Amino acid sequence: MKTLRLGLMRGRMEFKVFMRGRESVVFTLLFPVILLFIFGSVFKDTIAPGVTFSQYFVAGMIASGLVNTGFQQLAITIPMEREFGTLKRLRGRPISVSAYFIGKAYLVFILMVLQTALLLGFGAAFFGLNLPTSSSKWITFTWLILLGSACSTVLGIAFSVVPKSGRGASAVVSPIVIVLQFFSGVFFVFSQLPVWMQQFAALFPLKWLTQGMRSIFLPDSFATQEVAKSWELGRTALILVIWLLVGLIISIKTFKWSKE
Amino acid sequence: MSSSTSSKTAPEIAIEIKGLVKKYGEKFAVNGIDLTVQQGEIFALLGPNGAGKTTTVEILEGFRNIDGGFVSVLNFDPATKGEAGRVWRNRIGIVLQSTTDAADLTVQETIEHFAHYYENPRDVNEVIDSVGLREKADDYARNLSGGQRRRLDVALGIIGSPELLFLDEPTTGFDPEARRAFWELILKLRSEGTTIFLTTHYLDEAEALADRVGVITNGKIIEIATPATLGNRATAPARISWLENGKIAEIESLNPTAEIEKLIARFNGEIPQLQIIRPNLEDIYLRMIGENR
Repeated sequence: MKTLRLGLMRGRMEFKVFMRGRESVVFTLLFPVILLFIFGSVFKDTIAPGVTFSQYFVAGMIASGLVNTGFQQLAITIPMEREFGTLKRLRGRPISVSAYFIGKAYLVFILMVLQTALLLGFGAAFFGLNLPTSSSKWITFTWLILLGSACSTVLGIAFSVVPKSGRGASAVVSPIVIVLQFFSGVFFVFSQLPVWMQQFAALFPLKWLTQGMRSIFLPDSFATQEVAKSWELGRTALILVIWLLVGLIISIKTFKWSKE
Repeated sequence: MSSSTSSKTAPEIAIEIKGLVKKYGEKFAVNGIDLTVQQGEIFALLGPNGAGKTTTVEILEGFRNIDGGFVSVLNFDPATKGEAGRVWRNRIGIVLQSTTDAADLTVQETIEHFAHYYENPRDVNEVIDSVGLREKADDYARNLSGGQRRRLDVALGIIGSPELLFLDEPTTGFDPEARRAFWELILKLRSEGTTIFLTTHYLDEAEALADRVGVITNGKIIEIATPATLGNRATAPARISWLENGKIAEIESLNPTAEIEKLIARFNGEIPQLQIIRPNLEDIYLRMIGENR
């Protein structure tokens, strides 16, 4: 199918361009590793016998990696592509908007795989991170990454019409992501946050992605410490699918090739 | 330069515009223009900034909706969305007025990438050679000079072997040598059968390339003609000047040959510092724009 073929070709091209940008490589791919290094060096305690802080933190880092690589990156770079005429130039070509979306989704997914591999490798090598051993956890991990990437991609595309200019996009998008990270239990233990904060965070995908990732990196006995006393994986899948569909519909309805 | 083909069958129409109206808010950007471009023709749209040139081209390219009238490009409504629109886009090439984007991709990689979008792309290396970017083929697009980047834009416009090529002020920022090379490229594309719709500020460019020119101002076309006949240029008075009694004398005449005969008789031979100047396209154009302001 031509749309899929062109989309994957665009994705490979975008990945090549991405890897050539030194800043983007450092800030997107290596940032989680840097954060793990800092937090892992500061908090050396175990949170339970045999469970290091890294174990908790890595779950949050992978979940927020999904939001940074997809939502944040796209909501900042697409307004720039719009401003600099990249999209207008594309609009005059025999290529569908779906192929463009597929290219972005591919880019986000590949970056996510790379970033996660780096983080897990670094964590396991230097910070005593225990990787899951059961296949069921790896299956959960895979669908969380796939669904999370797709969801984050479409929401990034959908949000890309909000910033008024390419230059100002970062100032609009970054604070939203940071607030969401604090509310969603990326940096703090979620169950210790104020209830109103928990309830607000539960409206958005990041809280569910973080919780899902905890189910992979923490022992099953920790499920009882969650607010719902369970990992709620079914509910997580449902909420991510809803956001994916909402994001997709908004993206298709509101996407603009140029500022006019 | 006028087309010398004299085929008996009527040439196909590439672009047809009837009573086109486009408004931005209350302001008319295009206010009722009619225009036909034949297949294989080079048509140049001339006009001052803000006259409606780019609006017109962008309507033809399918970037803008119209507020009135009728537009057909290669027998197709350019505003059509979806798969039919993409099939049509496969047949046209677009060089936008300006693009400031340039990724970390080399010239070669960029052209190769865009070639994949088309059903019947040109050979990538041939295109690189024809726009004169061979030596820059492995340089990143963002490290090119303004003129080189423009040539990359042109390369991306022709990579899909378009039947119809739109060029919106294509040679802005070119040095004279690059401009000449570009003109040769355009004439070569025309000789291969490509129809070309061009907007330009440069009157010499229009004169060198266009079979016909249209002058647009305030959203209206004031004349369409060959460069040689625009604004009654062919029959406009010529300026004759010569040196007499230590001063330059100058007259305008519709019959310059007769005036010269009189001067020859008067000077009994050689006329000192004789010049006969026909109005050039720029003189005619500026007069037309001035009259229609």
